[in-house]
Amino acid sequence: MTDTVSDRFEKLKEKAASERAGLKGGAEVLITVGTATCGRSAGALETLAAIKAAVKENSINARVMEVGCHGHCYAEPLVSISKPGWPEIYYGNITEGLAPFLIKNFLVNEDPALEWALGAVKENEIVPSVYYSPRFGGELRRLLARCGRIDPENIFHYIAEDGYSGLVKALKSSQMAAIDEIKKSGLRGLGGAGFPTWRKWAAVRAAAAEKKFVICNADEGDPGAFMDRTLIESDPFALIEGMTIAGYAVGAAKGFIYVRNEYPLAVERISAAVTSAKREGLLGTNILGSGLDFDIEVVQGAGAFVCGEETALINSLEGRRGTPRLRPAFPAERGYKGCPTLVNNVKTLSYVYWIMARGAEEFASVGTKDSKGTAVFALAGKTRNPGLVEVPMGTTLREIIFEIGGGIPPVIKPSQLPGEKPVMKARAFKAVQIGGPSGGCLPESLLDTPVDFDSLREAGAIMGSGGMVVMDEDNCMVAAAEYFLDFTMKESCGKCVFCRVGVKHMLDILSRITRGEGSEEDLATLEELADKVKRGSLCNLGKTAPNPVLTTLRYFRNEYEAHIEEKVCPACECEALIAYYIDLEKCRRACDACVGSCPTEAIYTRSDRLKAIAQEKCVKCHSCLEACPASYDAVFLVSPANAIPEQKPDKKSDGARAGGGPEKRKE
Amino acid sequence: MTEDVTIYIDGREIKAKAGQSLLRAALDNGVYIPNLCDLRERETPEASCRLCFVELEGVPEPVTSCSTGVEEGMVARTDSWRVRELVAAGFELLMTTHPVDCAACPGNKRCALQEIAKKMKFKLKSGRLPEILRDAPLDLSHPRIGYDSDRCVMCGRCVYVCNEEAGARAIDFIHRGLKMTVGVFGGGPLAESSCISCMRCVEVCPVKAFYEKTKETDV
Repeated sequence: MTDTVSDRFEKLKEKAASERAGLKGGAEVLITVGTATCGRSAGALETLAAIKAAVKENSINARVMEVGCHGHCYAEPLVSISKPGWPEIYYGNITEGLAPFLIKNFLVNEDPALEWALGAVKENEIVPSVYYSPRFGGELRRLLARCGRIDPENIFHYIAEDGYSGLVKALKSSQMAAIDEIKKSGLRGLGGAGFPTWRKWAAVRAAAAEKKFVICNADEGDPGAFMDRTLIESDPFALIEGMTIAGYAVGAAKGFIYVRNEYPLAVERISAAVTSAKREGLLGTNILGSGLDFDIEVVQGAGAFVCGEETALINSLEGRRGTPRLRPAFPAERGYKGCPTLVNNVKTLSYVYWIMARGAEEFASVGTKDSKGTAVFALAGKTRNPGLVEVPMGTTLREIIFEIGGGIPPVIKPSQLPGEKPVMKARAFKAVQIGGPSGGCLPESLLDTPVDFDSLREAGAIMGSGGMVVMDEDNCMVAAAEYFLDFTMKESCGKCVFCRVGVKHMLDILSRITRGEGSEEDLATLEELADKVKRGSLCNLGKTAPNPVLTTLRYFRNEYEAHIEEKVCPACECEALIAYYIDLEKCRRACDACVGSCPTEAIYTRSDRLKAIAQEKCVKCHSCLEACPASYDAVFLVSPANAIPEQKPDKKSDGARAGGGPEKRKE
Repeated sequence: MTEDVTIYIDGREIKAKAGQSLLRAALDNGVYIPNLCDLRERETPEASCRLCFVELEGVPEPVTSCSTGVEEGMVARTDSWRVRELVAAGFELLMTTHPVDCAACPGNKRCALQEIAKKMKFKLKSGRLPEILRDAPLDLSHPRIGYDSDRCVMCGRCVYVCNEEAGARAIDFIHRGLKMTVGVFGGGPLAESSCISCMRCVEVCPVKAFYEKTKETDV
């Protein structure tokens, strides 16, 4: 039997190798464009079209290939060109307008246009490699290794890049050996909870039942997290292979990929991938002649966040209301249609292939004592280099945010007048929110926390789905907690009273505080409700919902107190607590920029021809602050809203606008 | 067939049937534990009302007794302060969504909420949390059953009996989160549902959000 497997796999590999060798399809040049969802939203499809047109126009013998997402959001659309005599080079931010110039400069005129290059893909003598930059060099890519490097719709690209060697190895060894390999590796659930993967596998395998199921949880719903989507869109076969291995190990013949329907491209790609895996005999009956039967069905979720909770997911899959069930019984005992069911996240299952192919030891060669391997984060918010970051477990938050992420970007006021220089204002780090709505906000003092399951939990956050939102001094922590609670409130299924009603009351209190109507008692009630909701809720959505409130209260209590006692929003973010003013020392007579920008005609010209804002008309839309030219930069914010800055009075008016100094003034 | 196991609740020795839930064992032996969503006929509990918390020896956090099976030698407390504060919080939250106008309610004096408040010495109205009422219209379309969704506590008993027992599938939970309510698919009136007038929903409703129409109550 194993001979058949090897023979058949060798044949596939040969085909893959020839396909890979002939990748350029007889062309001289290979151009790739990352056209996953993130690339597309940055205009990658337009860039693709522009490149194709330029290639045709200049009669260049080139193949233009669509690849998945590299995870470098800041550089989208991302293009790579490999041309004979040159190393393969990555180019960032290649817009539709730039693309024809890049093609012409490099492919017609032999100028590699290094000003647009991120660097060479590999070390070489001619062009510096991207790995000299910490954004690339600081990462260790295993799960994301193929993302953006292969055609995600071509199974032979995957096989040529080491794909399916894990399944072949698994098929040659026993089912128990596969589970043992996962056990040895120490892989923990990358969906966020960190439950040891092998335990679930062993439980499902041990359960006596005729039918068993494998479910891939791809209902990624945390705000700011998109790694599951990227993996499915860019490397779908790794997931299919991982699921097949899991099916083999636990004795399941059927798998489901539950993917949210807000991911149309992911649905399309994974469905296409399932079809081509079946065509090549890598899915379906008698896989590779081994006698293993395993099939996968792609199911679309209907958009409820709570269906990412495994029991709610199973309910939804069965056609019931997507509400969590009581655990125990865990799905491993009684899951889909009452049968033992393995539920794992996209990342966990994608990693399975890697572990089987490379071995548990290599997997565990990085990481911490109890969290092995790598973790993928979606870095977003106030960061220079947003995108997906894969690092060994145990990397500190500081390394991720300040080295790989490049730190906090300044606020830039672009030049508006001729000859004017843009103004940059440095911003300081305030907090990082990890783990989405179930996670927590960690302050600067905890930046040296290593990212692994246990350290993050100790600090009050969770690994969660891996969303990592960086916040700077312009972000109000009360407003941040309000945002996440508003999300949880809207996504609560409504089944149990603590989550359905408790979260709503907590949100109401937070809204009162951000409006400056909070009281001392509110704070006490908020803390008490948070504790009760955490302990009383039925499922983990409810149990973790108070985390953003609990961590901000723990680390940023002073901000809550400022809102309540002084009616001050220290970050000048909460609309009800701020006011816009024009600094008369900076305002220039010849300029009308702010007046034109104001939608409510709140800005008037004083008798000295300087500008002032009629507070009663101001709707705090921020337009004037943006419109004021960088070299004047006269609009500023104060908090509390009734703190009137001391300025020279308008002689011809009643002078009522003069007053005491501001509590907090922000440039 | 069913063996007896000995458990201890609040220091009292109780003989319970193996496989029984702790909540049922307590109620059968005269120990009161507040509950709304539990149904004797139901095999797996809904566990959504979050009121039947007890403290178990050796378990750090209070657990819901409806979802805990009895085990030989189990030691439970229903009256510890940790249990009480959790149950009190759950009840307080629930009552902010339930109109407290008992005199006008068909369930007056037959209401599980009144019973819980009386037995646990809880207040019916929260002193600190504002009310969040839905203000949905009464459904009087059905000839025998009246339905006031405002009073519903989302225990799911009626949904269970209607779907699993009677097989009528007239009502289910609709919408989600705070907007969740028990209703007819598509949001229509009860009279236009597949109701078979078995009256089981009225029997099991702990707060008489579903009630039998009489001359006094309704047209």
